Amino acid sequence: MSSSEINKNEVDIVIGALNADLTQFLNSWRPFFTGFHLIIVKDPELKEDLNIPEGFDVDIYSKPDMEKVVGASNATMFSGYSCRYFGYLVSKKKYIVSIDDDCVPAKDPKGLLVDAVSQHVSNLENPATPLFFNTLYDPYCEGADFVRGYPFSLRSGVPCAASCGLWLNLADLDAPTQALKTEQRNTSYVDAVMTVPLKAMLPVSGINIAFNRELVGPALVPALRIAGEGKVRWETLEDVWCGMCLKHISDHLGYGVKTGLPYVWRNERGDAVESLRKKWEGMKLMEKSVPFFDSLKLPESARTVEDCVVELAKAVKEQLGSDDPAFTQAADAMVKWVQLWKSVNSSG
Amino acid sequence: MVEPANTVGIPLNHTALLKDELDIVIPTIRNLDFLEMWRPFLQPYHLIIVQDGDPSKTIAVPQGFDYELYNRNDINRILGPKASCISFKDSACRCFGYMVSKKKYIFTIDDDCFVAKDPSGKAVNALEQHIKNLLCPSSPFFFNTLYEPYREGADFVRGYPFSLREGVSTAVSHGLWLNIPDYDAPTQLVKPKERNTRYVDAVMTIPKGTLFPMCGMNLAFDRDLIGPAMYFGLMGDGQPIGRYDDMWAGWCVKVICDHLGLGVKTGLPYIYHSKASNPFVNLKKEYKGIFWQEDIIPFFQSAKLSKEAVTVQQCYIELSKMVKEKLSAIDPYFDKLADAMVTWIEAWDELNPATKA
Repeated sequence: MSSSEINKNEVDIVIGALNADLTQFLNSWRPFFTGFHLIIVKDPELKEDLNIPEGFDVDIYSKPDMEKVVGASNATMFSGYSCRYFGYLVSKKKYIVSIDDDCVPAKDPKGLLVDAVSQHVSNLENPATPLFFNTLYDPYCEGADFVRGYPFSLRSGVPCAASCGLWLNLADLDAPTQALKTEQRNTSYVDAVMTVPLKAMLPVSGINIAFNRELVGPALVPALRIAGEGKVRWETLEDVWCGMCLKHISDHLGYGVKTGLPYVWRNERGDAVESLRKKWEGMKLMEKSVPFFDSLKLPESARTVEDCVVELAKAVKEQLGSDDPAFTQAADAMVKWVQLWKSVNSSG
Repeated sequence: MVEPANTVGIPLNHTALLKDELDIVIPTIRNLDFLEMWRPFLQPYHLIIVQDGDPSKTIAVPQGFDYELYNRNDINRILGPKASCISFKDSACRCFGYMVSKKKYIFTIDDDCFVAKDPSGKAVNALEQHIKNLLCPSSPFFFNTLYEPYREGADFVRGYPFSLREGVSTAVSHGLWLNIPDYDAPTQLVKPKERNTRYVDAVMTIPKGTLFPMCGMNLAFDRDLIGPAMYFGLMGDGQPIGRYDDMWAGWCVKVICDHLGLGVKTGLPYIYHSKASNPFVNLKKEYKGIFWQEDIIPFFQSAKLSKEAVTVQQCYIELSKMVKEKLSAIDPYFDKLADAMVTWIEAWDELNPATKA
């Protein structure tokens, strides 16, 4: 789907600014961001002013805006990588595309720059197929289809809630892995989009993601903060937790989550070995989260996204709260998030 | 347009992996000329040829291949009355080859499948990739967004639980096809010219609890781990259905693998599928299946094997009972199929007395 076919009015590109100078980032994305409305949210802990090049249709939000909308005490929920969630909250558009500020457009095997925005929107606009695996991957793309043996009643698919993209160069590996394989770079361009099957869990990365805000907005929860959470992806799990919640809720409500294209090119930043020196709480929390989500059943009565988040928060508090205070805090944050979402979005 | 690889001049692979532990099972009614093209990659291996159709016909096997060949007379002689479970006039008969094999691994390929080219133009050694897939673990409990984590240049991504990174044993490696894609008859009729030209450079584990359409054209599996579940059903002559043999096996295999904690992979390797079968003939064969699969799929999706079913055979027998109980109402065919599933296991155990589960 070319960018001329997308209704640009339906999309907000939300960028979380953890670094002040966005010149290189925005200039590199200019061919693909032009014509779209941008929401740039400044990390409330970032002191310097943002440096943003001319020529973009952009709204910038920073700490004072957050405090005005959600109150001073709640503004902390948007620190670090979670700042982008404020953008999700105040957006009025149907689709959100979010890319980390250390990524630039990737090149496909033909040497052409990848229009990640168009690919994400195309993924979101086409149905997902979580109920049965298609071995030729995305059945709706040019040159492909459902294979023999794929039940006909499942071929119309379900609405797509989220599109999880990938990364060339510096893949989204955790600190121990990257520290062990310092030279490893992802050079493999896998030309496929696929739906992650029903009940299958996956580690959602916030580095290159898009979602249908109208469909599942409140399910993207800025909730889990690990102790000593930092300003590099190796020192956070907020997106992974958010993704576990999103996938579970999508499964429950009959929506799909896609993964695969588009790729972005992720640049070096930070030092995996440095990040490793900090005690990595994330590992422990993931180990506890997995069996929790695996066995979790949301009540049938939870039919809206907001209800699902609240029920999920309840279950987190009950079943994981005693394991680690991070979970209790996450549960509270999720409840607060739903309240915020309702109040911000009902007042228009 | 996509072309098959030209394998002339590729040296014979003298260090062929698992050459004494793997059999290649090929069903055929015509000839095996296609093996010429595969020679550099497949000659080191032993072939089991299952000749369908007229047993009086002689199948010419290219020089230099080590093989055993079974026609219908052989099948009847070896299995006696149990031969009724092996399909006639349908490539489903290939599963007889799985049963008589004495090796740990099987690679099965159709006689209209040639060697594919990867995007760099290099000939794809499909068997080598299947072996790689089978020899390294699967990861069915959590989806890795960078696909196969054990491949060169890949790994588990951030957030992937460490306790799940050891993976489980791989039972099945399901390969794909360039050129003629494996479409059903209705799709073939609507898109007669569509060719698969997209080379997706990935192998991935199909998550636990997810069913898939398993195609028998380019397939490898660990016979010790899952062999008895690879029954390709009752198809062809005298049967109301065709072209669902591999599908049926795939659904049974996946349910059992999920139950036993084994992995199923899909993706690479690609082969080049050269022949499109006649869509009108296919439609007649598939017709009932198209309706029946609407009930069959929910059946497999909700099938729960008991804790006591710990061997593949036990799982399969339990499954056959469920088929009889739940699917016979759709058509008496399923009653017959359930019986054939039991016959298959009896025959398997007879021919493989020391088989470990």
